[in-house]
Amino acid sequence: MPPLVSIQGLSVAFNGMPVLRGVDLTLQKGEALGLVGESGSGKSVTWLAALGLLPRHAQVSGSVRLDGRDILGAPAAELDQVRGGRVAMIFQDPASALNPVLTIRKQLCESLALHRDLSGEAVKAEARRLLDLVGIPDAARRLSAYPHEFSGGQVQRIMIAMALAGNPDLLVADEPTTALDATIQAQILELLASVRREMGMAMVLISHDLGVVAENCDRVAVMYAGRIVEEAPANQLFADPVHPYAQGLIGALPPLDGPRRRLTAIPGTVPDPAMMPSGCAFAPRCALATEQCTPAAPSLAPIADGRTVACVRAETARRALLGVAAE
Amino acid sequence: MSPPLVEVSAISRSYSMRSGMFGRSAAVHAVDGVSLTIRRGETLGLVGESGSGKSTTGRIVLGLEPPDRGGVKFDGKPMAAPGTREWRAQRVRMQMIFQDPLGALDRRLPVAAQIREPLDIHGLGTPAEREERLRELLRAVELTQAHGARYPGALSGGQRQRIVLARALATKPDFLVCDEPVSALDVSIQAQVVNLLADLQAQLSLTLMFISHDLRVVRQISTTVAVMYLGRIVELGSADDLFARPEHPYTQALVSASPAPGRRSAGRIVLAGDPPNPAARPIGCAFHPRCPRAIARCASEVPVLSAVGGDRQVACHLVTGPQAETRDAA
Ligand SMILES: Nc1ncnc2c1ncn2[C@@H]1O[C@H](COP(=O)(O)OP(=O)(O)OP(=O)(O)O)[C@@H](O)[C@H]1O
Ligand SMILES: Nc1ncnc2c1ncn2[C@@H]1O[C@H](COP(=O)(O)OP(=O)(O)O)[C@@H](O)[C@H]1O
Ligand code: SF4
Ligand code: SF4
Ligand SMILES: [Mg+2]
Ligand SMILES: [Mg+2]
Repeated sequence: MPPLVSIQGLSVAFNGMPVLRGVDLTLQKGEALGLVGESGSGKSVTWLAALGLLPRHAQVSGSVRLDGRDILGAPAAELDQVRGGRVAMIFQDPASALNPVLTIRKQLCESLALHRDLSGEAVKAEARRLLDLVGIPDAARRLSAYPHEFSGGQVQRIMIAMALAGNPDLLVADEPTTALDATIQAQILELLASVRREMGMAMVLISHDLGVVAENCDRVAVMYAGRIVEEAPANQLFADPVHPYAQGLIGALPPLDGPRRRLTAIPGTVPDPAMMPSGCAFAPRCALATEQCTPAAPSLAPIADGRTVACVRAETARRALLGVAAE
Repeated sequence: MSPPLVEVSAISRSYSMRSGMFGRSAAVHAVDGVSLTIRRGETLGLVGESGSGKSTTGRIVLGLEPPDRGGVKFDGKPMAAPGTREWRAQRVRMQMIFQDPLGALDRRLPVAAQIREPLDIHGLGTPAEREERLRELLRAVELTQAHGARYPGALSGGQRQRIVLARALATKPDFLVCDEPVSALDVSIQAQVVNLLADLQAQLSLTLMFISHDLRVVRQISTTVAVMYLGRIVELGSADDLFARPEHPYTQALVSASPAPGRRSAGRIVLAGDPPNPAARPIGCAFHPRCPRAIARCASEVPVLSAVGGDRQVACHLVTGPQAETRDAA
C-alpha cells in the first residue's frame, strides 16, 4: 500500500541557519505517529514546512508527497485545498487559532463551505453534528457563542471540530493538550482516539510528553537538533530504546510507582543551531561518543523490522542498555 | 522522626473577583482550611490542577501574604507580622523559587550580581566573604564563574533555573518553597535540576515544599504528598505509596490520567465535565459533579480529611464515612 504521506530529505533554514537537516518520515493511512524531542528540535517546523505554512524567509528543500503527489512548493490554490481538507492541523496554542469576534457557528460553517460540498441548512446541521461529536454539551445553543465563552478544554474540542470539518485523512496535532490540566488532557486524548477510530483518520501527535505519545501512537519518531534519530513501534521504543538520546529521555522520566531511583539526566544542553557540531549532533552530550562519531552525521539506518536508528554505535548502545559488556 | 519545621493550621484565604464587566463580585476560596506539617529535612509535595490553591498555600506559608484565618508556625514560632524585624529574620531562613526563571531574573544584570543580591541586601559578610560565597554557590549548582558573568538571556532554561536556585540558597535558608520549578524545562533538563535539588537538599539538610502538577516529578522528590482540589486537601500520604494506591476518587483519576510509557490507555478513568471553577465551588464535596462514585450525601456534606490507617488521610465519604464502616463490617 502506498504511504499516505512521504517526507524525504526535508530541510529548513531561517536566514541561512539550518534548523531542519534532512528529515525522512512516512505515514500510512490510518496510522498514529508520535513525534517527540526537546523543545526547538524541529517537531513543529517539520509539519509547518510540509504544509507550506512557514514564513517566506524560510528556505525549504526536500520533498513531501501526499498520495504520491509532491506538495512542497505546490501552487497556493492547491495547498489551500490540502490544508483543512485532506490534512488538518491543530496547534499548540488553541486560543490564537480561533477568531475572537466570530461565533463558533460562523467559523465552523466557513470551514465546511470551503472544504465540503454542502450548503444552506446542511452546513448548519453538519456544524451542530461536529460540535456534538467533540462533546460540547447543548451544541445547538452553544453554536452562537464566542470563543471566550468556552473553557480551555472546550476551546480545544472546538479546534478539533474545526479540524474535522474537512473530513481529513490526516490530522496533525501539535501539543494539543500541553496547556491543559491532567484530567482535561485525558478527556481530549480520549476524544482524539475515538474520532480516529470512527473516521479511520491518520494522526501525527507532536508532544514533549513521552507518556502521551506512548499511549496514543502506533509508531514514534524521536527528533534531536533537526533530525530524526530513532523511529520504532511505540511499545518497542519505550521498552528498548537504542539511540543514546532516546535512552536518556526515557531514563530521565521519574517512575510513578515502584522503587525510586536516581534519574539518569543527560548532561549539557541542546546545541545552538549556529554552533552545530560536525558529525553527530548529540556527541557533546553522549556517554558513548568516540572519534567515530565526529567526521559525519550518522544517517538513519534500519536495525530491525520497522526500526531505524541514526547512531554509528547503535550496536554498542544496544548492548550497553542490555548491560552486556560492550566490545 | 525529625521535629516539624513548618506547621500550618487551618489556613484559609479568599479573594473577591468580579466576573464580566457588570458582574457582581464573587468570593474565590483559593485556600480553605488547609493544615500541614513539614518535618525538618523532608519534602512536602503539593499537587493539583490549575487553580486548586497550591501557589496561594505556598505564599501564605512563606508569609508573603496573610491568611484570612488560621496560622503558620515556623520552627515552633508563629510567623511574625510582615515588615517587622522578626519577620525579616525569619524570612532570611526561607526562600521561594518560581516556575519561570527568566521572569524571576533581571535581564539587564549579570547573573552573578543577582545571586549575590540577597547577601548585599541582608548585609551578610564582608565583600570578600560575599565573593567567596558566590563562587561556592555557583559550584553548588554546577555552573562556572564564566556562567556567572553572563546575562540571563545568554543562558539556557535549565541554567537559569540553577541561577535562581543559587540565589535562593545564598542566605543559607532552612526552608525552600519551590513553585513549579521544573515545569518549563524539557525532560532531560528537568532530570538535571531534580537531581541537583535532591543532592543539595541532602547536603544542606534543606526542608522543601515542592509544588507541581506533575505527579512523577513530585513523587521523585517528596517524602509526603498532599493532593489539593478547589482549595482543600483531599488526600495526604507518603510519596512512596500515594500514587500506587490512591484512595480518593480524584487522586485515582489524576493517577489514571498521568500517561505512562508501556501502558495503553485501557481502563483509564476519564472524568466527565469541565475543569473546576474556583469562583463557583460546588457545595458538599467540591468534586461531586465530576466524581464517578458520588452518592447522595456528597452533594450536601463536606467530607472531612481524616486518618484512614498508616499515614494516609483522605477526605471522602466513601472512604471515611459511615458507609465505609458498614462496608467494612459487612
Ligand atoms: N519563524 C522562525 N524564524 C526563525 N527561526 C525559527 C522560526 N520558527 C522556528 N524557528 C527555529 O526552528 C527550530 C525548530 O522550531 P520548532 O518550533 O519546530 O521546535 P519544536 O521542536 O516544535 O519546539 P517546541 O517544543 O518548543 O514547540 C528552533 O530553533 C526555532 O527557534
Ligand atoms: N491576587 C489574587 N486575586 C484574585 N484571585 C486570586 C489571586 N491569587 C490567586 N487567586 C485565585 O485563587 C485560586 C487559587 O490560585 P493559585 O493558588 O494561584 O492556584 P494554583 O497555583 O494551584 O494554580 C485561583 O482561582 C486564582 O485565580
Ligand atoms: S553517533 Fe556517537 S555520539 Fe552520536 S549518539 Fe551514537 S554514539 Fe553517541
Ligand atoms: S465525597 Fe463523594 S463526591 Fe467526594 S470524592 Fe468521595 S465519593 Fe466522590
Ligand atoms: Mg512546537
Ligand atoms: Mg500556581
